[in-house]
Amino acid sequence: MKALLVCEQREGKLLDTSYELVAFAERLGAEVSLVLVGKEAQAPKITGKLYLADADKYGEYNPELHKHIVVAAVLKENPDYIIFPHSSYGWDLAPRVAATLRVGQVSEVVNIVDGKFEVSLCNGKLRRTVAPKAARAVLTVQAGAFNYTGQLSGAPQVEAIEISQGSSPLQFVGYEPAEKKEVDLGRAEIIVSAGRGVGKKENVAVIADLAKAFGGELGASRPVVDAGWVGHSHQVGTTGQTVSPKLYVACGISGAIQHLAGMKKSDFIVAINKDKEAPISEAADVMVVADVLALAPVLAEKLRAA
Amino acid sequence: MNILVCIKQVPDMESRFKVNGTGDWYDEADLAYRMNEYDEYAVEQAVQLKEQLGNQPEITVLSIGADRVGEALKKALAMGCDKAVQVQDSDSARKDPWQIANIISAYAADKNFDVIFTGMQSQDRGSAQVGVTVAEILGHNCASTLVGFEYADGVVTAKRELEGGVKSVVKVPVPALVTCQLGLNVPRYPTLPNIMKAKKKELQLVPVASLLKEEAATGTEKLYPPVKSGGGIVLEGDLADVADRLLGILKEKTTVMK
Ligand SMILES: Cc1cc2nc3c(=O)[nH]c(=O)nc-3n(C[C@H](O)[C@H](O)[C@H](O)COP(=O)(O)OP(=O)(O)OC[C@H]3O[C@@H](n4cnc5c(N)ncnc54)[C@H](O)[C@@H]3O)c2cc1C
Repeated sequence: MKALLVCEQREGKLLDTSYELVAFAERLGAEVSLVLVGKEAQAPKITGKLYLADADKYGEYNPELHKHIVVAAVLKENPDYIIFPHSSYGWDLAPRVAATLRVGQVSEVVNIVDGKFEVSLCNGKLRRTVAPKAARAVLTVQAGAFNYTGQLSGAPQVEAIEISQGSSPLQFVGYEPAEKKEVDLGRAEIIVSAGRGVGKKENVAVIADLAKAFGGELGASRPVVDAGWVGHSHQVGTTGQTVSPKLYVACGISGAIQHLAGMKKSDFIVAINKDKEAPISEAADVMVVADVLALAPVLAEKLRAA
Repeated sequence: MNILVCIKQVPDMESRFKVNGTGDWYDEADLAYRMNEYDEYAVEQAVQLKEQLGNQPEITVLSIGADRVGEALKKALAMGCDKAVQVQDSDSARKDPWQIANIISAYAADKNFDVIFTGMQSQDRGSAQVGVTVAEILGHNCASTLVGFEYADGVVTAKRELEGGVKSVVKVPVPALVTCQLGLNVPRYPTLPNIMKAKKKELQLVPVASLLKEEAATGTEKLYPPVKSGGGIVLEGDLADVADRLLGILKEKTTVMK
């Protein structure tokens, strides 16, 4: 079985997701080749064949051109699986490649079960195994689901790839950096996070007060940030920060896969949620089934008294 | 200008989900349905674009599914869409993303939509494939995961969300398809007069068989609840008691409660 891994770089740096694809391919037991639009200096440090398209020529990210590059590599390599990270790069590019090749796609694979691909359903409340109908398929792999533990020592055998299409109607204008940080959650020992379950902006103060009583920092899930209740630097998750405190308290957070990805490495996880079945219960060491707005003040009071 | 918005109706994610009798989908009985969250941003952005262009463009909103999707379509009409299309399919859950994208493309193929809006993914399946695949089939330009949308002179300036708070800006000439992400805008609530007006707007019914020509490319094998990894403790009951027990556990099992 052969797998073509689509590596990802941004502004001259290879992203770690590329190695997660290697770990996934190892689990599949597949023979690996790679494709990258970038520079040889960014090549993943593993052995295998690397199809390299020059970044200066094909641009930082142009989906049309990158699509043709991946398809060109597929035609040379003839892989069974074409595998992307389930990232802003992968989910934008993978369906384009799948449609061009007219093959099926399985998105956001979290596990391999009996040769089928396990994906999450209904915000993590259910799991599903999916199988492509044909021998060739496109897959995207959930960030953080497969960790590469091998050595970063090899050097791939590079083969340059060129395509005839030189331009595309899409125009890349530039990147906008992340907002400046108000808090550095990466260093906090205790994080108490507010989710959409807190209901409204005013109630975030109740969670912030609990965070203070614990001597920790305030974190948040994405909808709380999108609604403007707290700044982006508080956001935990794939599009926020990855954290690993000694204690993480999730208040009114359902436990969507993108939130879990940012906090599941915490040493000890407490979830306060009125829904006992909320997917966060999967990750939680203690699941407190309660209305967080009622419990938080009681808990803060006891912490202060202790 | 001609605008299409594609929406899906999904169960409320706080529902209790059970696997159905055939083991390949969730049991649809007793669930409360609503418009997919990501699609609400799509509807709102379409209506804002129409307003920006002096209310000239016509917005068609399309959904595939059983008759209950009429509720989601009505909401979109009440938010400001002009006409609705229900592709009648009581078995849409068993279509894979490739088929769903083909149904939408078959509908859109001869209608010259300048801008198509979809959500970046659905809350139940989360495949994040349908929008981009529709663009690919129609040959439209496409940008995904928008957290910013501007339009001028036939060009969409899209702000795409990348990881870690970084964004990228791309210019996409029409015909274009964009997929919408959380935080793009704040969807409006339909007002009562607009709900009344929506009742008079056209709802067109199209049988799915007239649009779908493709076989599924992937199939669901099995559905099951996630395996609990933590074996965690569950605390329930009187608040003061729960708080005491929690603090006891934290003292015993962590080093943070000195
Ligand atoms: C590409 C992409 C990137 C994303 N990145 C991130 C990210 O970085 N971080 C992130 O968090 N999300 C991210 N998301 C969004 C993610 O999918 C979820 O939408 C989000 O995490 C849900 O936030 P929530 O748990 O606060 O809200 P919900 O899912 O709405 O959950 C609210 C929870 O509160 C509970 N609740 C309600 N009222 C109460 C009460 N009174 N007391 C106790 N519990 C209550 C409910 O039972 C429910 O479980 C991303 C999504 C996408 C598509």
